[in-house]
Amino acid sequence: MSPLDFCKWLADQPASIALHESILGYPIVEGTHLLTICLFVGLTLMMDLRLLGLTFRATPMSQVTSRLLPWIFGGFVVLVITGLALFYAAPIKSYINPFFRVKVIFLIVAGLNALLFHKGIEQSIKDWDLAPVPPFKARLAGAVSIFSWIVVIICGRLIAYNWFDPIV
Amino acid sequence: MHEFFSWCEATALGETIRGSKWLFPFIESFHLVALVIMGGVVLITHLRLCGWGLSGQPSAQLWKDTWPWFIWSTVVMLSSGILLFFSEAEKLYWHEAFWMKMTSMILALIFTSTVVRRMALKPDAEAPSLLTARLAVAFSLTLWTLVGIGGRWIGYS
Repeated sequence: MSPLDFCKWLADQPASIALHESILGYPIVEGTHLLTICLFVGLTLMMDLRLLGLTFRATPMSQVTSRLLPWIFGGFVVLVITGLALFYAAPIKSYINPFFRVKVIFLIVAGLNALLFHKGIEQSIKDWDLAPVPPFKARLAGAVSIFSWIVVIICGRLIAYNWFDPIV
Repeated sequence: MHEFFSWCEATALGETIRGSKWLFPFIESFHLVALVIMGGVVLITHLRLCGWGLSGQPSAQLWKDTWPWFIWSTVVMLSSGILLFFSEAEKLYWHEAFWMKMTSMILALIFTSTVVRRMALKPDAEAPSLLTARLAVAFSLTLWTLVGIGGRWIGYS
């Protein structure tokens, strides 16, 4: 079964059709997805700006991560659930959309970047916790994160345009 | 009022954005990226007032550190928003979501930059009671959420 076949099968599910055609359900899921971006990406960007030494330089980095991550994680859970629901409502349209594919790629880039940061330079956080401007590797992680999330947001918005919709 | 909206839509600026396939989405992307930065600042400062998030930092310090980001993202939001407005002013005039968004946006901007700001800038020793702070934050975040809902609702017509 190819991914496209899977998407076709998914699109034929009664619940998928129901969500796709719902007058209130779909906008509510989409609106929640959008507003939760402020929580998840908004706070992630704040953390990244601290990594770059661009804001609240007097705050120890470890405090920023430990205090913000629970909120970021909460936002992440909501985004994944609503995001999967949005995909479920329009699997074929999403799958063949180039912006959807770029979005998924940069979601992976952002995830790997966070993992590398955690396994790498964050291990020696004690050495630079109080530094107003963190070391290069930490700044790099912050910059990659900001870039990836901006690409994800822009692509996410552009998926909604019907430029690549299948002709049915 | 309606004449002004029609005039906006008929300007060369409105025509250009409406006539282009890419301009509207392009401007909208800036609008969204600025939204996320703005949302991040609003949340981090509001959470702090409630005693959550970066509560180890003096509230006033956190506010002063993040306020420039709020200003800049607001500038980008307003300018991109005005461009988007010009391209479809006529439709917006008749759309209740637009009026709801504008009303809650003005209220949210005023409330955040007066009541919330004053609360946040107080030295921690003179901070308002947690209950007062949380009520103000709840009110402020409700206003901001209405702005977001209005914005998304505009897209459905």
